Amino acid sequence: MNVIEIKGLTKIYNTSEVIVKAVNGIDINFEKGEFTAIVGPSGSGKTTFLNMLGGLDKPTSGKVIIGGVDVWKLSSRQLIDFRMNNIGFVFQSYNLIPVLTAGENVEFIMHLQGKPKKERKQRTKDLLEAVGIGNRINARPSKLSGGQQQRVAVARALASKPEFILADEPTANLDSTATNSLLELMSKMNKKYNTTFIFATHDQRVIDKAHRIVTIEDGKILSDECFERD
Amino acid sequence: MADQRIQKVINTEISYIQIHQAGFEETNDINDYILNAGDLQKSIGNIAGVIGVCKRIVIQSMAASAETASGVLISGINPEQEKSVTSINDKIIDGAYFEGIKRNPAVIGKKLAEKLNLRIRSKFVITVQDLQNNITSGAFRVAGIYSTDNSVFDETNVFVRYSDLQKLTNFPAGAAHEIAININKGEELPAISEAVKKVAGDKLSIKIWKELRPEMNYLTEAMDLYMYIFIVIILLALLFGIINTMLMVVMERTKEIGMLMAIGMNKIKIFSMIVLESVMLSLTGGIVGIVIGAIASKYGETHPIDLSAWAQGYQQLGYDAFVYTQLDPSMLVDITLLVILTGVIAAVYPAYKALRNDPADALRIE
Ligand SMILES: Nc1ncnc2c1ncn2[C@@H]1O[C@H](COP(=O)(O)OP(=O)(O)O)[C@@H](O)[C@H]1O
Ligand SMILES: [Mg+2]
Repeated sequence: MNVIEIKGLTKIYNTSEVIVKAVNGIDINFEKGEFTAIVGPSGSGKTTFLNMLGGLDKPTSGKVIIGGVDVWKLSSRQLIDFRMNNIGFVFQSYNLIPVLTAGENVEFIMHLQGKPKKERKQRTKDLLEAVGIGNRINARPSKLSGGQQQRVAVARALASKPEFILADEPTANLDSTATNSLLELMSKMNKKYNTTFIFATHDQRVIDKAHRIVTIEDGKILSDECFERD
Repeated sequence: MADQRIQKVINTEISYIQIHQAGFEETNDINDYILNAGDLQKSIGNIAGVIGVCKRIVIQSMAASAETASGVLISGINPEQEKSVTSINDKIIDGAYFEGIKRNPAVIGKKLAEKLNLRIRSKFVITVQDLQNNITSGAFRVAGIYSTDNSVFDETNVFVRYSDLQKLTNFPAGAAHEIAININKGEELPAISEAVKKVAGDKLSIKIWKELRPEMNYLTEAMDLYMYIFIVIILLALLFGIINTMLMVVMERTKEIGMLMAIGMNKIKIFSMIVLESVMLSLTGGIVGIVIGAIASKYGETHPIDLSAWAQGYQQLGYDAFVYTQLDPSMLVDITLLVILTGVIAAVYPAYKALRNDPADALRIE
């Protein structure tokens, strides 16, 4: 069953000097529970693609249909709520609110969703334990390593129980050990919660773990391959 | 400072309410006296809230020493009753208040004493018109010299005993030109002046301090106005300070705000967040400032600010060399509310800026 259907997705940036076709007509579907890497050199359009997919950046043309909802037909208000309830985000950096603790950062999104306090507390504890930093629940982001911060970001992304998680170069700022363990973690979460993970990367170590690799260049799909992995 | 000045003028110079024969204030005609002043004085004394009533004979006259002469306003007063209304007796700097001289004692201001070159026990002559328009003179001796903060007042006001002046001018017993009333609480003034009007009837002119000395009232109004101008200036400074700080906050946190918008914070929540931060910013400063100000003000109530080095000029205007501070609790509440309001207003532009953020652009910032 397709969770996400993308049709003729295009994004053209009209700057004063040049017209950039950042994403140039992409058709692709993603299924429930996928663990997919979007690969391509810097400037190939990965971020633009993920932002349009995640309802952050309006396409010039084309459609993004998630669970039957044509995302870019929603009002900006509906879109915010749609993002909150259906999509988890892990960014390259600045994922966490610096003045809140790890636990509060995870809880915050459930607070926005209006979940009751008891449920919020329990889920925060469970998630931080699942990502392996249950003991740092009261630490501020500045007291955590880059890898630990990204784990909190993954926990935060999972907290809202989204259909899928978009991660834009989540390992770009991490060393190889941290990269490996974050990938293992995401893979584990993918299996545990059956949440779809779509992440952009140009990191070979990440590519090796993916079940499906979509390569894009100059805003177009170059290849789309699937791999059997355990 | 103005309140202090007004209280002083009421206490030393004019008192809260004065009664005259209609027209007396303009003409100062010696014949415009209140015949039954003594009876009136007694009935006014019975009004609740009145703590002192005194009657005075007030005559324009000439005071002359061996050397020179000066036009003065001579007031025939009952020294004991006068104490309950005005505080000239507290202002004696030399000699004593109607003591030490048996015949025709007088209390004069420091400025007049200097001008006429008079000392304690010095003799001087007062020349007045009596009721029959005859010129008549009497010799008085200086029993005490007073000094208020108003040097013009000190130069022109001479106090003698009611009985002495009455004899000199053939004044009918119990009559007076002026009845001055002191009350316990300033707030009760309107009610008491109504009661006085009832007792005195509508033939007489009854005036409260604001009417007696309209410039005093302008002074309060002017001071209030200055105060508002000061507050507005301070709040404007606060406003721009907060706008500046909050713009920095919003700009520094563009990426964070973009992330918050991406994960589901809507515009209303972002807006309230910025406004709340701004109010908290203004309140932390505001509360600290108010506490420090209140403490300083409390201290100043008992430890006056000494302006005596510059007081010459002030005293010409009737101001005190020692300024006592005064704290108005309702003002604290008003200021706190104004500070909060300023915080809210200051947040609007930065918050609007924050809302203009596009999450996709914000997140691209490195
Ligand atoms: N806001 C923008 N305005 C103009 N050009 C942009 C903007 N954002 C991205 N681009 C351009 O779009 C292309 C794709 O960028 P991006 O999606 O960030 O690629 P990637 O994430 O693969 O590095 C690049 O050439 C980039 O310069
Ligand atoms: Mg990118």
